[in-house]
Amino acid sequence: MKPASLEAYRDVAPPGTVEFLYRLSEKVQGRSFLHVNSTHQGGGVAEILMRLVPLLNDIGVKTSWEVLEGTLEFFRVTKAFHNALQGEEQVITEDMYETFLEVNRQNAERLPLQADLTMIHDPQPAALVLARKVPGAWVWRCHIDASRPQRRVWTFLRRFVERYDAAIFSLPKFAQRLSIPQFLIYPSIDPLSDKNRELSDREVAGILTRLGVPQDKPILLQVSRFDRFKDPVGVINAYRMVKRRTECRLVLAGGGAADDPEGKVVLAEVREAAGRDPDIHVLELPPDAHLEINALQRAATVVLQKSTREGFGLTVAEAMWKGKPVIGGTAGGISVQIVYDLTGYTVNSVEGAAYRIRYLLNNPEAAIRIGRIAREHVRRNFLITRHLADYLTLLHVMMGVRPPDPQPPRGQPPASDA
Amino acid sequence: MTRFEFVACSELIQILGLRADDERELAEILEKVSLDCVHYHTHGHFLRHGFVGAPYPNDFATWAAIQVRDRVLGERLGVVSPLDFSSLEELREEILTIIDDHLGHLNIVPRVIFGDPFDFMQSRIVEAPTGGIADSLETFRAGLARIQPSALYFHTIEASRRLGRPDTDFAVWLRESLGLDRLAAAVNRVDPYAGSLERLRTELLRLCDAELGLPLETGLPPAAGPESPGTA
Repeated sequence: MKPASLEAYRDVAPPGTVEFLYRLSEKVQGRSFLHVNSTHQGGGVAEILMRLVPLLNDIGVKTSWEVLEGTLEFFRVTKAFHNALQGEEQVITEDMYETFLEVNRQNAERLPLQADLTMIHDPQPAALVLARKVPGAWVWRCHIDASRPQRRVWTFLRRFVERYDAAIFSLPKFAQRLSIPQFLIYPSIDPLSDKNRELSDREVAGILTRLGVPQDKPILLQVSRFDRFKDPVGVINAYRMVKRRTECRLVLAGGGAADDPEGKVVLAEVREAAGRDPDIHVLELPPDAHLEINALQRAATVVLQKSTREGFGLTVAEAMWKGKPVIGGTAGGISVQIVYDLTGYTVNSVEGAAYRIRYLLNNPEAAIRIGRIAREHVRRNFLITRHLADYLTLLHVMMGVRPPDPQPPRGQPPASDA
Repeated sequence: MTRFEFVACSELIQILGLRADDERELAEILEKVSLDCVHYHTHGHFLRHGFVGAPYPNDFATWAAIQVRDRVLGERLGVVSPLDFSSLEELREEILTIIDDHLGHLNIVPRVIFGDPFDFMQSRIVEAPTGGIADSLETFRAGLARIQPSALYFHTIEASRRLGRPDTDFAVWLRESLGLDRLAAAVNRVDPYAGSLERLRTELLRLCDAELGLPLETGLPPAAGPESPGTA
């Protein structure tokens, strides 16, 4: 993936955005911005940093990206932390806490932790904050749904988080009771990445042929891990209700089953529910199947994300960006992305999903209208250019670069900084 | 004559960690939060709905109607126009009075069952010029057609707060720099709270076109595509 320059986004971002970003960056030119996470590739955080770091440098913010080095044991521990923070009961021993601290200590000695703004991503490197010595602001960026954490693990992590100047969450419901300011920054998609860039009809047809999915009838698509919270069996049941009267195919595409024991079980359940229906396609895709996902989303007539529990659910924005009407479960960030009846439909049941699929398949003009608005909604709210504006704004605020407070209207106190 | 410089803005949203699960809690917390928070959920609502308007024009009404599924409170709060209040404190009082009156007619307190709780927030606005400059009505109209929705927000809704009077930056400049008093008054009469920022843009463009004697435009300006600099 080649590093992007901001100019490349002129034709896809909302009018005026690129010029505004240049202007917004003027007061933070030359400032240093350090990101630390736990992996160079794989996962949403690395994916977004890979694109945002070059863009920030391109507009004059000296941005660097460092990766925590850890042992296998360390990553086993942090995986357990990750699960515990997402609400799964885990056994965490004192030795595990010590492993976490030791690896953070070693990395604190190794990494150049000197910047005007240091952003630490997720729990793995959270304890690096103990090493902050030089002037500069530190923020903890939490990408996961830590709204219902296992109490002991959160108590342990919290003592580090409280040492930051601020924390950033992807949804208000993910926030915690903390004494530091908590900010909200939505994640974003990159319209120029392989997963989202324009594809010709010929490219789409070629990829679908390779995947064994005919384009002879309307395609319903859900892209997600084989995970019960994504309700793939519910999607099959909704498809069956629709199929009684309306011709269509269902594609369930996802990965994560190869190295995930629970994923294998769910995949087996999905295959059993699909039975021998030739119009149901269950596709196991590798983690780097970005072009395949792109082509499937472009070929789909209706896209589903019928999750019962969800993080932000960026697959919704991906499909909306391709002008598709999306039917999503009322969970996590899906309801932030879908404005009911304008940019898609949120549903609360299998029946609700079936009803809306049937409606969209039989009212193609409504599907087109919704898809068109959905694409514009994503253009303005969920593209990487908005993310860049958020980070520049964060830099302004954390560096104290801000315009004077607005003149308070008569009889009102000045705006507070709290 | 002073030239008009179009300024857009970006906001950093702060989660206050205050959450209401029912309508009484909503009122109790609303009574205590800062005026910045009241501004965020009423005036500031429009900055986040630049293209797709929300079903109701403030976060309280939208939450009551969509998340609590209490359409009556949603409707009663939805009709509240911030333009009718000279201060945020008065606006807060009005919202609280409506909630109290509504609850006074019910035997139960409506709460979220399937929806999301109400999270109280506020934001910090950072402004930056768009690069667009106007020195005549023609160049003003051209800039208006191209600026980001956040610039519309900044020069209308945010301006009223900044100026401390129900006036917009657009109207002030049209009146004081171009001497177009009638157009300025008409611009000030456009209700920015009656739809999305794009609807506001369409209304303002219509007024400019009428003043310029141009054929009236219909529909939205081009939403995307190759970007043109905002300079007129």
